[in-house]
Amino acid sequence: MPARLVWIAAALALACAAFLGLGLRGDPGFALSLRAPRLAALLLVGAAIGCATVMFQTIAGNRILTPSIMGFDALFGLLQTGLVFALGGFGVATMAPQLRFALEAGLLMGGALLLFGTLLGGRRVDLHRMILTGIVCGVLFRSLSGFVARMIDPNEYAIVQGSSFARFNAVPIELIAIAALLSLLALAVAWRLRHRLDVMALGRDHAVSLGVDHRRTLMLALATIAALVSVSTALVGPVTFFGLLVSALAHLAMRDHRHAVLMPAAALIAGLVLVAGQTVIERLLGWSLTLSVIVEFAGGLLFLVLILRRPAP
Amino acid sequence: MIEIRDVAHRAGPARILSDITLDIPRGGVTALIGPNGAGKSTLLSLVARLEPLQQGRITVDGRDVGRTPTDRLARHLSILRQDTGLAARLTVRDLVGFGRYPHHKGRPGPADRAAIADAIAAFDLEPLADRFTDTLSGGQRQRALVAMTWAQGTDYVLLDEPLNNLDMAHARALMLRLRDMAATGRTVVVVLHEVNYAAAHADHVVAMKDGRVARTGPAAEVLTGATLSRLFDSPVEMAEIGGRSFALHHG
Repeated sequence: MPARLVWIAAALALACAAFLGLGLRGDPGFALSLRAPRLAALLLVGAAIGCATVMFQTIAGNRILTPSIMGFDALFGLLQTGLVFALGGFGVATMAPQLRFALEAGLLMGGALLLFGTLLGGRRVDLHRMILTGIVCGVLFRSLSGFVARMIDPNEYAIVQGSSFARFNAVPIELIAIAALLSLLALAVAWRLRHRLDVMALGRDHAVSLGVDHRRTLMLALATIAALVSVSTALVGPVTFFGLLVSALAHLAMRDHRHAVLMPAAALIAGLVLVAGQTVIERLLGWSLTLSVIVEFAGGLLFLVLILRRPAP
Repeated sequence: MIEIRDVAHRAGPARILSDITLDIPRGGVTALIGPNGAGKSTLLSLVARLEPLQQGRITVDGRDVGRTPTDRLARHLSILRQDTGLAARLTVRDLVGFGRYPHHKGRPGPADRAAIADAIAAFDLEPLADRFTDTLSGGQRQRALVAMTWAQGTDYVLLDEPLNNLDMAHARALMLRLRDMAATGRTVVVVLHEVNYAAAHADHVVAMKDGRVARTGPAAEVLTGATLSRLFDSPVEMAEIGGRSFALHHG
């Protein structure tokens, strides 16, 4: 196991300890029972987004694309608006969280498979066409949800808005068990794909010549990515640039092409960013900031840097 | 033996290959020659299942390339396409190591490591072994890719214009490596632009034009002034210099 992975894991363990232990007052057992499930959710979301982004970038053959940039967060927005439109704000707000989670995760997964499948399913992956299609899809989803939003009650629209941003402060605890189960299943599939992903990173022709069933692996990876991203989005809401940030950090820290190293690194780094960030905000800054805003700001900056610095392909 | 039967291929309305029926013998070096757009690369891609077969049948030692599981085929047949970019950032050693993937599926053993070391030595890549592929010149990268294909250790090796970007010395060294490969009983099928390399190193030649096989046979029979002139629609003379035949087509 590479030494850097151990260091990252140690840093994450430290951050977890700080998250659980800092500023404990009164009955520690009670406080821990509140904090532990939130910690689990942060780690889960980190692992899901980190792995999904690394996988997505490998099969897309590009380090700038992420599922979110390809229109996924716009799809989530459309889904939220559509749900409120169909069921009414009251209906959505009073819906059993488990049911809402299942509905959201299911619809998102279907949508993600359709979206990414169309984008990546062609025999030749044309990057420019793919980015353009992603952007066009994103605009389409945003316009559609804007259109639907105009037809619903402004008060109900507040419910849409509330759920359209990532919320790391208040994770729905009752959903963590089911989200963990689904994510761990998907992560297990991702781990099984690790060697094939290494080969896929060489490009389609090399992968076929080396005996990797390209189409099957592509579809399997896409389904896994869709599951990971959908579950984490349904749990905490959409994060646009977080995956990009984490995947870039993982590649930078490990400098290794093996997914057996990259995926754990991305998962650990994502967990570290979320847990350490949330600890600082909750314990040191007294909830005066929102983690998703900071992460998106840093990730957005990185996105610009990557685009500007990128040599011609 | 590679048996190609009644293969036709279209790209949209354009007819790329028509009625190709061809046997490529087992063992030796077979060169595919012909003018640009003759369909050489497409034929090679079809044999290596990089493109789905639209019509006809191709078997390699009796294995139908459309039906044989792709991972099993990868232990018998390898292909290197021309100008294949590399998406990933790898060291030369890691890249060459991928050639062993069909054999170890991600868990390399001592035999795989030995094969990788052999391939690196065979293509003079030792000084470059720890360099990243994106810091190499086109010719160095081409050598690393050929070394990867070599390391795959398949009975059949298909190479599409492997001499691209290579200087005189490395082009010659590569052709000599291909001869070594053929000498150990492996079959090398190579698309060549420069007919002189075919004249010097190939045992069999398949001449293609306009998506059809124009001539096929032992190199000495196919590589005649008259055949080459007709093939390329340009005057070519064959000459013997120092006991070797040369195609004079420049100047």
